[in-house]
Amino acid sequence: MATHDVTGGSLLTTLPGAPDLNPFAGVDFNDLEKSLRRPRTLANVLLSGLVTCMTLLALIPLFSVIWMLLWRGGRKLSLALFTQLPPAPLEQGGGFGNAILGTLIIVLLAALISVPLGILSALYMAQAPEESRLASVVRFSAKVLTGFPSILAGVFAYGAVVLAMGGYSAIAGAVAVSILMLPTIMLTAEDAIRMVPAKMKEAAVGMGATKTQTVLMVLLPTAFPGILTGIMLAVARAAGETAPLLFTALFSNYWPLSGNHLNLAQPTASLAVLIYNFSGMPFQNQVEMAWAAALVMVLMVLITNLIGQSFSRRQVQS
Amino acid sequence: MAEAKAITQPPTGLQRASDSIFRGLCYSFAWLSVLVVIFIVLRIAFAAAPAVRQYGLGFLTTRTWDPNRDQFGILPEIWGTLYTSLLALAIGGAFGVAAAVFLSEGYLGGFVFSLLKVFHLEFHGLWGKLPERVEDILKNLIELLAAIPSVVYGLWGLWVVIPLIRPACNWLHLKMGWFAPFGTDLSGPGVLPAVLVLSIMILPTITAISRQALVSVPPKLRMAAYGLGATQWETILAVILPTAARGILGGILLAFGRALGETMALAMLVGNANLVSISLFSPANTLAALLANTFPEAHPKEIGVLMYAALVLLGITLVVNMVGAFILQRASAGAEGGK
Repeated sequence: MATHDVTGGSLLTTLPGAPDLNPFAGVDFNDLEKSLRRPRTLANVLLSGLVTCMTLLALIPLFSVIWMLLWRGGRKLSLALFTQLPPAPLEQGGGFGNAILGTLIIVLLAALISVPLGILSALYMAQAPEESRLASVVRFSAKVLTGFPSILAGVFAYGAVVLAMGGYSAIAGAVAVSILMLPTIMLTAEDAIRMVPAKMKEAAVGMGATKTQTVLMVLLPTAFPGILTGIMLAVARAAGETAPLLFTALFSNYWPLSGNHLNLAQPTASLAVLIYNFSGMPFQNQVEMAWAAALVMVLMVLITNLIGQSFSRRQVQS
Repeated sequence: MAEAKAITQPPTGLQRASDSIFRGLCYSFAWLSVLVVIFIVLRIAFAAAPAVRQYGLGFLTTRTWDPNRDQFGILPEIWGTLYTSLLALAIGGAFGVAAAVFLSEGYLGGFVFSLLKVFHLEFHGLWGKLPERVEDILKNLIELLAAIPSVVYGLWGLWVVIPLIRPACNWLHLKMGWFAPFGTDLSGPGVLPAVLVLSIMILPTITAISRQALVSVPPKLRMAAYGLGATQWETILAVILPTAARGILGGILLAFGRALGETMALAMLVGNANLVSISLFSPANTLAALLANTFPEAHPKEIGVLMYAALVLLGITLVVNMVGAFILQRASAGAEGGK
């Protein structure tokens, strides 16, 4: 170990009668050296190692899930899965075409409900004056809905739609899912509309446009990519939701048709509920089908997410 | 000469009418979205009202669930909900905050940078961007955890986590069965697998919000701490984390709200047993899982009771979420004031 003590110097201290001016007096320079043998440095290295390990550990489940989906789900993947109906117990083969169709129908219906409601309330929130009571109440209720447990959306739709219509249906499922989509759409749309540069709005108003014309011809087109991002994120979330569908859309082993027409007022299959129903079955074929359905669903969710994020890059920044 | 046609004109009557109609439409839809929330709460409350009157507060403190004898109590479910959520919060919180520190301190970027330095590529036009890219990828990977639907986590827990931890759990029970949390053996679904999967599901929420809180700590605080001679971790523990504490706490509370309301993974992994047990390996039940499992085949008598359970869940999650949102709002206001 180097001996730094000499730097303390003997120049200053040799002056007789002078007060001790040496600023380094009493400093043990060995003490200042960075060494793993010092508890402070050691603690630093150990803690850095600890958070690194914890972060890597936290990522293991992600890779495990992806690996299992590709391995167990990918093995089973075939065209028949997309065109055939779910198999009965002990039956081989089969598919989940009706569940994919059902998921698409439910998500589409839910979007039809939540998109207009979300965008128009977002317009109100973004356009309302700063001190508007209603705007802050709307924003608050959107935030309350963000943390709303998905199962309660199902309970609500059961009480409000299933009991009123007298049966399980795709419509009830869509109502439940739309409640979960609403806050995402509202909050992202509000942000996107607020991001539109004020000068664009002012230019439109200066040209004599009415408020509606400003909104429809300037604000909405400019904010469109951002709004679309919100819709896509909401759709991605909705496609994976199971809990609100369990006792609203229920499940069905058949196509959602009656005769040759689409029938929205009957129990409808969805990928999420199919995974739930098949996951605990004691039949090999069903379990494998659940994994394949999970792979298809995760791919759908991820692709929707990616599309949504690609829109967000086109958002005009003020 | 006819008057030259003006390029501007006042709005026509039709435009005025459509303007006021559109504005009215926005206004009424804004009200509608508020009414939807109120309607949801009232709908569940009214549906629960008969059961509330019939069973009163005893519903919350009794343990029997017997439709044949008309006896219902959700103490096991309340216990299970809080027990699993708090355990998941402890695990997910520790790992989530650690990941947030890892991300906000730029460990990975620093590592890649020093790796590039070995090859003298650190300021190279293309390679020089690598540290930033790698950090971005890591952030996205953690966010990807949030994009996976909960039913897929349930499936994964059922077929991967349970077989994986079962031997270890049963060994622990055999050797240390006197210790109450290991008091039973893990025969399949149970508290521990549910807690593990739940903690993975809430981790991205905690990491995202905590990271936001950590990076918005003013850099001068860090510089001051370094200037006083603090090591990196002394700075993190004594300056950065306390300054960001409110934001982290808000994130943890929001994650707690998510954990309380999380349904599918728990319905598949927790075992649906009407038990109050401290054992980590015993099956249990939660409010959300009770609703998911009982509702589809519920006896008409049970529906009202389940609505009561839903109302309890709604109350708990609303309170937790509001407190979390409130703390986050104060935290972001505080961070802006500090700059």
